[in-house]
This record gives sequence, structure tokens and C-alpha cells, in this order.
Amino acid sequence: MSEHCMHAQFTVNGETVDAQVPVRMHLVDYLRDELGLTGSHLGCEHGVCGACQVMVDGQVVRGCLTLAIQANGKQVQTIEGLTESRELQQLQAAFLEHNAFQCGFCSSGMLLTALEITKHHKKATREEIRELISGNYCRCTGYQAIVNAIESVLVKSTSKSGAKV
Amino acid sequence: MNAPHELPLQAEVVATQENYVGQSVPRSGAKKLLEGRGTYLDDLRLPRLVHVVYFRSPHAHAVIKQLDLSQARKQPGVVAVFDGHEVAKFCTPWVGVLGHLKGIRSAPQYAIAPERACWQGEAVAAIVAQTRRQAEDALDHVLVDWDLLPVVTDMEASLAGNVVIHPDLGDNKCFSRELITENFEAEFAKADVVVEKVYEFSRHTGVTNEPRGILADYNPAENLLTVYQGTQTPNMMQDIFSRHLGIPESNVRVICKDVGGSFGIKVHVYPDEMATAAISVMLKRPVKFSADRIESFLTDIHAREHKVKIKLACTHQGDIIAFDMNDLTGIGPYSVYPRTSGIEGNQVVNLTGGPYKHKHYKAKLDVVFTNKNVTCQYRAVGHPIAMAITEGIVDEAARKIGMDPAEFRRRNLIADDAYPYTFPSGVKFEKLSHHQCLDQLMTLMDYKGLRQEQANLRAKGIYRGIGLAAMIEVTNPSPAFYGVGGARISAQDGATIRLDPAGMVNVLVSVTEQGQGTEAVFTQIAATAVGVKVENVRVITGDTAITPYGGGTWASRGAGIGGEAVLQAGKVLRKHILDVAAAILKVESATLDLVNGVVVDKLSGQEQMPLSEVGRVAYFRPDTLPMNFQSELTVTRHYTPREYGFTFTNGIQASYVEVDTETGFVKLLKHWCVEDCGTIINPMLVDEQIRGGIVQGIGGAMFEECMYSEDGQLLNGSMADYLVPMAGEMPDMVIGHVQTPTKTSELGAKGVGEAGTAGAPGAVMNAINDALAPLNANVSVQPFTPQRVLAALGKI
Amino acid sequence: MKSPDFSYLKAQTMADVFAALQTHGDAAQILAGGQSLLAMLNLRMTNPKILIDICGIESLKGIQKTGNVVRIGALTTHQEVLSSSVVQAHVPLLAQAVPYVAHLAIRNKGTMGGSLALGDPAAEYPAVALALNATLIIQSATGERRVKATEFFISLYRTAMQAHEVLIAVEFPVATSNQRFVFSELARRKGDYAMVGMALAISLEGPTIREASLAFMAMDNRPILAPHAMQAMVGQPINQQTISQAQTGLDADLNPAGDLLANAATKKHLSRILLSRALMQAGASHV
Repeated sequence: MSEHCMHAQFTVNGETVDAQVPVRMHLVDYLRDELGLTGSHLGCEHGVCGACQVMVDGQVVRGCLTLAIQANGKQVQTIEGLTESRELQQLQAAFLEHNAFQCGFCSSGMLLTALEITKHHKKATREEIRELISGNYCRCTGYQAIVNAIESVLVKSTSKSGAKV
Repeated sequence: MNAPHELPLQAEVVATQENYVGQSVPRSGAKKLLEGRGTYLDDLRLPRLVHVVYFRSPHAHAVIKQLDLSQARKQPGVVAVFDGHEVAKFCTPWVGVLGHLKGIRSAPQYAIAPERACWQGEAVAAIVAQTRRQAEDALDHVLVDWDLLPVVTDMEASLAGNVVIHPDLGDNKCFSRELITENFEAEFAKADVVVEKVYEFSRHTGVTNEPRGILADYNPAENLLTVYQGTQTPNMMQDIFSRHLGIPESNVRVICKDVGGSFGIKVHVYPDEMATAAISVMLKRPVKFSADRIESFLTDIHAREHKVKIKLACTHQGDIIAFDMNDLTGIGPYSVYPRTSGIEGNQVVNLTGGPYKHKHYKAKLDVVFTNKNVTCQYRAVGHPIAMAITEGIVDEAARKIGMDPAEFRRRNLIADDAYPYTFPSGVKFEKLSHHQCLDQLMTLMDYKGLRQEQANLRAKGIYRGIGLAAMIEVTNPSPAFYGVGGARISAQDGATIRLDPAGMVNVLVSVTEQGQGTEAVFTQIAATAVGVKVENVRVITGDTAITPYGGGTWASRGAGIGGEAVLQAGKVLRKHILDVAAAILKVESATLDLVNGVVVDKLSGQEQMPLSEVGRVAYFRPDTLPMNFQSELTVTRHYTPREYGFTFTNGIQASYVEVDTETGFVKLLKHWCVEDCGTIINPMLVDEQIRGGIVQGIGGAMFEECMYSEDGQLLNGSMADYLVPMAGEMPDMVIGHVQTPTKTSELGAKGVGEAGTAGAPGAVMNAINDALAPLNANVSVQPFTPQRVLAALGKI
Repeated sequence: MKSPDFSYLKAQTMADVFAALQTHGDAAQILAGGQSLLAMLNLRMTNPKILIDICGIESLKGIQKTGNVVRIGALTTHQEVLSSSVVQAHVPLLAQAVPYVAHLAIRNKGTMGGSLALGDPAAEYPAVALALNATLIIQSATGERRVKATEFFISLYRTAMQAHEVLIAVEFPVATSNQRFVFSELARRKGDYAMVGMALAISLEGPTIREASLAFMAMDNRPILAPHAMQAMVGQPINQQTISQAQTGLDADLNPAGDLLANAATKKHLSRILLSRALMQAGASHV
């Protein structure tokens, strides 16, 4: 193969990757094709649909708009890792309970956005939840069940923190 | 009778069998999709897999003067290159026509166009390489000389026929149909009031989140073709691969893994997918084609490009006498195979006026070829058009005579006791519930309250609108839909249900899953029918080597048809299980029952043995059973609807909007739908199907449009420029139900997957026009962009 | 689609960057957040020979208020701008604009420098920079130069930057208590590029507008000021008459081509509506 490659070292779901990486390859292609982590999906490859979202150094990013080589020295987490670590457990249970998924193709990206909401927007209203997930395309659900699911997790965490219910 | 404390410890009294039909059981079997553990087409890898990309015509209509693939062949990683002539030796062409659409015509279509491209994006060469990116690199080295041909993109121009796409056909008419009821002109003339309008619908497309894909794996040693494909209908594809590639039917295996959305997009035959299968045969190794988003916009079927003139005739009192409808629709340069591109328009003819009790109807349909992408069945096929024009013109009539639109509908909806009923277009209704649904809707949405709120706000210069859309929907079709026309498309489905030794139940069903919850629904029916807990049932779909032969998923048939097969098979398995248990216990099977996975004494309810014990003896110790007894713990049943060509459902939707009359922006405040789909198996899944369908309909009504230039260039073929509904602009949707089970099956379930999409555009259009009515403005061209609203208001 | 091949350099210092730009000229492209560049690469709409990744250069980061200027490093992400109390307090027009920028995941990577250097006419930052006449700080191998926003955006995706230069920071003026700011945008969906958008900055003396700066997005092939509309506001109070006169001024200022979302007539109409609403909002606010 005559394309440019460079050495990169990074962690994916806690495991070290130490490899020659095709420079032009975006992170999700690397995860899917080279590491077999197919839980992140490609819906458009131009950064609009959100199906490709992964976490890099704790931040949600579009995996298709990140070069794999840019992960060098960083910590990457995918839906598989975040499931394993149980960080997504509450949201996943809520999505199941509310049927906030149908075909599931948008779900890994949607769950990562939902995780960000539960971390940084704990008081989001339904309207605000809708705005915050408006970068994740879902064709199946019409979004209402997803809003319900995220709202239910926010409500639970609010009542857990001792606020009057 | 022994007192309870005298009974042996293990003789518990078991509760009654859980009836899962009607319960909102979560889809535990689909949990993997939330954990990144699904298997979608592009996730699949096989040894020696190569990737194919297609060189696609940049021109809407051009002859290939010269095609030179030699440079592309030399590029790094390239394994093979093919043109249309080469692939045609392995894959025969097809024509998308069926016998029951009288006079329908189309031209032969090849897997790769050998001589002429007829739309921008049509594949004219294939490049196969070790990786997709190498194949794409090689595309830059394809050398092609084109002879440009005149392009026709406008429907009316196509009808006029100055530019004829297929000279052999003489003109651009794919299909025409006329229908007129007896004495129409005389009856129409009796009208006191006639309203007339032209409605236009822009073509749009499915935009499934997962693009199309296929992985074909030909094994020459067995002459066996295995195809992984996200198709809704694996048996149909099995037949088509077999006939067009010349491989015996049973040597073709089509497997569906997880599918990232389909909505009809993945039920059709695509030339690039056929080519991929052919190339696997040619190369004798696995070949994968994964469309990217740009290719999807160019080549996934488009739909719903119509211009319709409709007239409604009624009396002063508001009784509808007649509808008169003239529909012109523009498809691509070929009628899509095998379901034809005439069906959508045909549905518009069949269904216009659907909810109403008028007797007189005249309809004309013209389906014409254009040099744009092909079109075919897409969720709710024709219904969004038919319901929008019907409900739109009904509102016009109500406005004209000064009657409240709900009142007007009340007056004209077919009475709930009028069934069975034959509609002027010839379709037959078993039993609908229009009035019950209207009643429930009025209450659910607090219609009177909303009208008051609307009036109060109007006084302050805020323009809100309420729009209603009554609808009928085709579900559970019999062979009347395709089979009668000669298509090898099955309208029946089967379920094979089996008790495994450890006591779990396995169900193989020929209906397929694309996320709507088909598999979940079948676990519920199977569990209830057999007599086990729902968590002890596994459902497998989508493998022609394993699942029964059937139609798959389309036209909202999965729950109603597949579900009935599962029910019948389950009931028989239950009986056979009890026969085995009776043989073990040496009692009459009529004294036994199977409750939540436990064989019990029917009378006392006492536990006799767990299902695992039945399994153990039947499979491993039949020597302990009577000499002439044979355990039959695998049962297959098939089902096809017979009495009605289609099992119609009905419903009614409402939309509440606010129009910013200065900017033309429409805010969707809320949406309601009351739907009668017969027996509801899982209310949560049904409601979510309706919601998803409504939003998809809203997409077409408000946002989505495939924009073509005059010379056939797709101008907005990316997710940035083609606007799909996102969460920020969508309303909350309230769903209600009436349940009128169909008597054509024991389950009584009708279909519901498309209902949301059928009625949403009409409801939204009517709401916008209701908001604009005081300003004498009206919109009639979808999508209802701010620009169109501003133009209607005379602001631009 | 998959990106064409290119080579890649992770720059450690600005010197690395300039050396590479010297060697490759036009065939090199700077990679910052990559939210526009990588999309274009994936769509095969651009074909650079080399990407110079500047994300590791610390001196390009940070938000700092110094005197009456807020300096924002080119590598500052939209998310950092969104959560900056300095921006919130001292550059309110920018604070109003950031929520309109794309979506959460894009904001985590997209940068101030990237957005300004691209100069997309329908993007938020270029219009804000123009309305505030921010100062773009550009560096090359030979030194630094400062360009006012009014001189920076030249035509479609063409700015005052040369091939051998890098945008390293932007300075926004600190808001004063007599100023009012309104950013507003009409888009079909949250986070989309604007159909029409505007950024307004006015200075008041009592009820009278002393200065006005009005920039529009998606009305031309670059963000543009509306000088006639601005002129019509100066020396006037915010009232219906002034609004009408400013709207009339827009007729002379704005000559948009239509695009896929809206034709010229629609855009012109909407620009008038946005201006009217913005002035009314500015008149009503006391901050």
C-alpha cells in the first residue's frame, strides 16, 4: 500500500494501541477496520449525522472528523468500552425501558450525547434536551422516546441528589 | 380435595398464563443495539474480502462513447475492473413491469449500464480493490468519453414528449390509469359547491441512517451464493439472484443481520447490488459494497414527486358528492424492479377520498419517466399524497361553506356500522372506526379548547392553526398487491416453532426485522400461545436457509401476517407439548395445561413438571414413552390473508402549529394521532412506530426535497443540504387507539407501521393553512418552506 | 467517501509550521479542529499534499482579557468560548453567537481560528468579528501583522491571509456599559448554517445611537457590513422610524444571490425582519 502511514500510540477502552496508522484514515474507520470495534457507525462521513461519535480524552467528538493519527497520546472510549465500564448503564436501561431506539444505528452516538447531557446539563428541560440532541440524526423514533429516556435519567439523578421531589 | 398443607412440597399452584399480547414488554432481545454489539452489513468481514465501488455517470443522460478502465486497473490495491458488458454476461437485465398494472411499460435495466447512463449517479463501471479507499482512489483514473443527450427533468415536459428517454417506447409514459364511476358527470353536476386545487409534492427520499450495503460470497466449489443484505425481503432477493445470475434457487442463501433502518428503501432491487453479487460470482470470492451517503442520495430510491389537481363537489349542507382527481407523477428513467414504479400513483388513485361516504369518483393517473434518480415504494406509498389532497380539499370545502372542519368530517366520514363497504375506487373495507377515532381525537386534543386558544391569540396577532387529517391505510396485503401481477413476491409467511430440550422455545419466522420490533412482537405472541414466559423465547428471522419461505416486511404486514403464523404454530406446539407430557404422566392431555413454562393440572392448577422435563424425555428418553408415540416438538404454520385484498385500517391525525407571519417559519407545537390497527400486541412499540412515522411524514411536509437542476444534477445530495428532521424542531406527539380486530385472523392484528407517515403531511398542511386563513393565504406545495409561506402571504 | 492520501506533520512549534509552509506552499493545509477540513477531505472536495497539524502548539490556546481587549487564541474551541466567563462578561455578542454554532460534538473540536480563517459566509464567528471589527493576528516566518476584520474577509473562502501565514489569535474589544449587542440567526434547524443571520453592536448615549455596526451572514460570499443601514441609525433614537430607515438602507447594502434554502427576495425580506427585531430588542434591553 503506497499511502502515508505514521506511528501512533494511544489507548482504546483502556487497551494500548501501538501501530502504524494510515494518516488519511479517520478514527472510526481505524476502530472499525483495524480494531474490530464496530459499535461506532458511519452514516454520512461529513460530520452531520452523529452516528460516529466516540469519546477522546473524555470529550464527545465526531469520529469521522478526527484522524486516527490525532488520537496519538490520547484516550479513546467507544460504546463498547463505556458499556463495559458501566458508565452508560443507567442511560441504556432508560433507553430500553422507553424504547428510545429502534434500528439502533444512531444509538451509540445518541448515548454518548446523552452521557454528556447527564454530566454537564443536569437541569436541562425537555426543550433543552431536544436542542442538545439535535446533532444526532434518528430516522426511526421521531425523538420523543429519546427525550423521555434522557429526561427520566436526569430526574432520577436530581431526586437522588436530595432535591425535594 | 387435599387441603393445601397436605399437598407434596413441589405441587405448587401455578398462576394463569401471562397474556403478553397487549403488554408493553421492552425489547430485551435488542439490548445489544444499545451496547454497540449489533451486526450491521458493514460490520461483516470474510476471508479474502474485496471491496467494490462504482464509477457513476456525472451526466443525467449520456451515451458512453468510450470507457477506458486500463489505467484504473493498474492502481494500487485494485483487483479487477468491469464494465457493463462484462457484468451482463453474468447477470441478465430486468424490466420493472407487472401484469395487473395494465399497460405499464419500462425499458430493460442492466446491473451496470453498458451503453447509456440515464440519470446522474447511474453506475457505468465497477472497480474492485483490497480496500474501499483504494478503489475510490482508482476512480480518478477511469477515462470516459461521453456523448451528451438531451435531458428531461420536468414532469409536464416529459409528458409532452419532446425528449423521449427510451425511443423504443415511443414516449415517456410508464403507466396511465383512468377510473370513472357510473354516471359521474351527471352526479357531479348536481353539486352546489365545487372547490378545486392543485397540490404539488416534491420528491424526497428515505435517508436510512445505515446506507445500503451488500456482501456477496460465491463459493464455486458448491455453486453456492451467500448474500448478506439489509433487505426487507430475503426470499424475494433469493429468487431474483437465482434467476438473474443463473444459480439454482436453493443454492442462493440470503441472510439479514441487523438493519439500520429501511422504510421501503431496502425492499427494492438495485443495479449496484446485483452487480456486486455478479462480481462475487465472477471473482469467486466475497465482495462487499457499502454505499456512502453521497451515493445514497444519488441512487437510493426517491419517491413522491406528484402534481395533482383535485376537485371536490358537495351540497350546500356539506355532503360530499364526488371527487375528481388528476395525478401526474415523475419517476426515474426506469420502473424499479420487481414492484414497479407505478404502484405509488396507483395507490393515489385507489385511496383518494378514502375516509368518506361519497359514491362518485373520477381519477386519472399519468406516471412519466424523467432523467432523475429512480423512484419506488417508500413508507406509506402513495398514502401521504392521497390523504393530503383529500384532507386539503375537504378543508377548502369546509372553509367555503363556512363549516368547522371537524364538523364537515363528522358529516361525511363513513359510518362505523356501514361495513363491509366497497369504496368507489373498488377497494373493500372490512370494518373501520372513523367516528370513534374522531371522537377520541376531539377529546384527546381538547379541540374546543384549542379553538378558543387559537381565537384568543389571533386577536393578539399570533397565528396558530389546527389541521386534521383522516386517513385509511393499506395493511396485511394479499397477493392482490403483487402476486396477481406475476411477481414472485410472497404474500404469505410462516413460523416454525420448536421446544428445545432445556425448555426454551425457538421461533423461526419469515418476516424480517429493521428495528420496528418484529422479533419482540413474535416473542410475545409465541410465549402466550405456547404457554411460557417471554424471556424463554428466542426469535430468529432473516435467513432463507433457515427461516420459512415468506414475504418479509413491507406494506405493514409483519405483525398481522407473521404474527398469525406464529400464533397458529404456537398453539399447535402447545398441544404437542401437552401430548408428550400426557404420555409421560400417563394421563389424558385434556387434563393438562401449560402455564408460564410449567405443565400443570388444568383443574387444580398444580404443577406436574417443568418444560425442561418434557424436553429431556422427548429428546433423550423416548424409549420411556408408549411404543407408537412420536414427539413432534417442532411445528410450522403458514398464513396468508384471503378474504380481503388488503386489510384496511383507519385513523385520524391533528397538528397544531404557529406561523411566524413575518419570517414564514412554522413552529410545530403538538401532534396527535388516534389509530385503529386492530389487536395491539405491544402498545409501546406501536406508539413508537406511529411517532417515528409521523416525524418521517413531517420531514416530507416541511423539510425534505431532492432538488435537481434543469439538466438533471442533484443539487443537495448531502446531509448538510438535504434537510432531515432533527430533534429540535419536532413536536411531542400524543397517541390514542381504537381497537377493531380483523376477523380474517385469530390474532386480529392489522398493520400500523406506515400510518404515521400517511396522515402527517395532510395534518400539517391543513394546520398551516388554518393559521393563514384569516390572511387569505394558502400553501399547497410541499415542503412548506419559509419561502413558500412568505410567497403565500405576499411578502415576497 | 474516504479521504485521498496526504502526508501529515504534527508541528511542535510555529517554526515547524512555517518551514513546512515554505516547502509546500499551496499544497499544504493547516489542520486545527478539522471540523470543516476533514469533512471536505472525506468528500474529496480538496486534495492537499500535506496537513500541518497545529493542535499541539500551546501558544495558540487560551482566552485572556488584557485592558480593553479579549484575546482568543486560534486553537480555542467553540466549547471553550461557550463556557468562558471572560467571554460571557466582556464579549457578549460572541457569547450570544456561540450557541448557534453547530452541535455539541463539533463544538468540542472546532476552533475560533479555523472558523475565521475559512470565513464561511454563513458561519457565526466571521460576522461577529466583523461587527466588532476585531483584530486578526497573523503570523509568518518573518513576523506578525494585525488586520482588522473589516479588511480580512475578501471573497468566498478568501481572506487577507497569504499561503505562508497562520492566524494565531483574534482580539475582540471589551464591551462597555453603553453598548448593546444582538446576535440573531434564522436557520431551518438548530445548528444549521444560517439562512440569514446578523450581528449588531450599537453604542448609546442616552436614547441616541452614537455608533452602529451591523454585519450579515449568508447574504453574500463573505460576511458583510451594512453601511447604509448603519448610517441611518447613527444619531437617531431606537424607534419605528429609525427601524424603517435602517431597513431601507439594507436595500442598498444587501444584494444576495439565492441559495438552496432561500432566494434573493426571501433573504432580503428576512434581513429586514431580523434587523427590526434586533433593534427593538436592543432598545428594550438595559444591559
